[in-house]
Amino acid sequence: MNKTPLSLDAARDLVPGAFGMPLQAKLVRIAAWSVFAALTGWCLWAFDFSPGRILEGLTRFGNVLSFMFPPHIWTTWQDWSEILKGLGETVAMAFMGTILGAIIAFPLAFLGAKNIMPFSWLRLSARRGFDALRAVEQIILALIFIRAFGLGPLAGILAIAVSEIGTFSKLFSEAIENTSKKPVDGVKASGGGNLQTIRFAILPQALPVILSIILYNFESNTRSGTILGIVGAGGIGFLLADRISAYKWPEAWTIIFLIILTVYVIDGFSGFLRKRIIGGQENGRQG
Amino acid sequence: MPLIPFYGIPMTALSPAIDQFERDYAAARKSALRINTVSTALFAVCFVAAAWIGGFFDMTDVTLSNGDRVSMWKIWAGLPRLGEYLYKTLPVLHWETLGSDIANWFWRWKVWLQLLLETILIAYMATLFGVVGAFLLSFPASRNLAPNRFVLNLTRRYLEIVRTVPELVWALIFVFCFGVGPLAGVLAIGLHATGALGKLYSEANENADMRPLEGIKASGGSWFDQIRYGIVPQVVPNIISYTLLRFEINVRASSIIGFVGAGGLGQEIRVAMSLQEYTDLSALFLIIFVTVIVIDTVSEKVRHRIIGLTGKGV
Repeated sequence: MNKTPLSLDAARDLVPGAFGMPLQAKLVRIAAWSVFAALTGWCLWAFDFSPGRILEGLTRFGNVLSFMFPPHIWTTWQDWSEILKGLGETVAMAFMGTILGAIIAFPLAFLGAKNIMPFSWLRLSARRGFDALRAVEQIILALIFIRAFGLGPLAGILAIAVSEIGTFSKLFSEAIENTSKKPVDGVKASGGGNLQTIRFAILPQALPVILSIILYNFESNTRSGTILGIVGAGGIGFLLADRISAYKWPEAWTIIFLIILTVYVIDGFSGFLRKRIIGGQENGRQG
Repeated sequence: MPLIPFYGIPMTALSPAIDQFERDYAAARKSALRINTVSTALFAVCFVAAAWIGGFFDMTDVTLSNGDRVSMWKIWAGLPRLGEYLYKTLPVLHWETLGSDIANWFWRWKVWLQLLLETILIAYMATLFGVVGAFLLSFPASRNLAPNRFVLNLTRRYLEIVRTVPELVWALIFVFCFGVGPLAGVLAIGLHATGALGKLYSEANENADMRPLEGIKASGGSWFDQIRYGIVPQVVPNIISYTLLRFEINVRASSIIGFVGAGGLGQEIRVAMSLQEYTDLSALFLIIFVTVIVIDTVSEKVRHRIIGLTGKGV
């Protein structure tokens, strides 16, 4: 066994390229790591990650965490109704925003699908339009809608709906593109027109995928919709931001627990629905 | 005598098998119809309730141009105001004085560029923070690698909770703990990214081939060795791919995190909104939009290169 170092040396002499890296690769690697280290070090300095500050912050965070238990329980029905109304508003906003987005996105998706829309200039410009809608943050949209429609859930719903139009159109048109061409040929061969082809050959294939996408996004909108209230667009976020800025930590933690619970319930429910709609088989959703 | 639907033939005229089929078919149709009716009705109830809670039926008072005050639907009254608002954010550009108009539009470009740099650096640090946290936690959170069920469930619940609470809420909490500034933003986005990436990484771990691990175990490797030499080489391409995607998401997140005082361009947007500096908004939006597009393009190139080099990935 102790012959190994000897034979290793012999092998190293025999094929020098197999051991160690060539000089150029080594230099590139060293350069990349030093850029990474320098950037990180500079950020740590610029953002003032000083141990003292971190320690002080963590102590405070520990204090704030210590208010988590026991959680605050509201005693009057008035307090409870306020919280439950906020949660209900958040769920209703996510629901309404998702549905409205889906209704508007459904016809638009055909514009962006390669197998439906023959004019590539129209298809590509539709796709860039979807991208632009998705690029605007929901919270910025919410601020814009608050200016027009006033504080409240209406602004939140429209913000969710508009950004969902972008997401849905893209995902729906991909679902439409992923359908098989064989049923299309079948309907065409038996004399169906364009609309009949879409109705009887493409939609039956695409609809389960589309429904599952809608359910996924309803879930994710319930998650992300909780923050819209922070800027005043309705929902539980307003109550949460209000409690945090008044340093009512026990109540804030209870609200966070309730948000997590609500998202769990919706997760479970939509998982159940998805299974029923697409019959258990994991039907495609990419990204 | 009952007739078979559509055919008008008496039922007894056919064989019992067909008879049975027709009965079953009719029953199946009936139950499908019942399920459809019930679920449509339920959906309609949910929809109307959501619309009612969401304020779709609210009325508001509007002053018309001739001074009359009328009550109309909130949503209808808001639409023209929306157009007005968006119109105000558009800058006035003339062809002859294009240079000075653009300079006027981007009048605070020095501050904005600095804040943009801060935004990107916040995203960078937050991604780093999230990657380190998620990488370490993804092993106890994968079903095939966790030492026991208790550790598995504990890590999974932790990751779920930190990703369910949105970045802005973490930012609100951290601004209180660490003071106003980018540090709070980095920690908030990083914590959320830990949860989101941890889930993706652990899924990659679960999809990895377990045979290399067994080889290392057979030759006497510890749990650590098994992961270092058995799993990590398999999942690195996926990890890099997910990380680059997350960086893009984090750039967007860090551009709004300033709303609650956690650094970046968001605070500038908030100030512009409250001071009603309308054209600033479009300028800021343009800056963020271009940045995100540039980062998208670059990271897509990098991702394709990495996937191409290793022949693996998502």
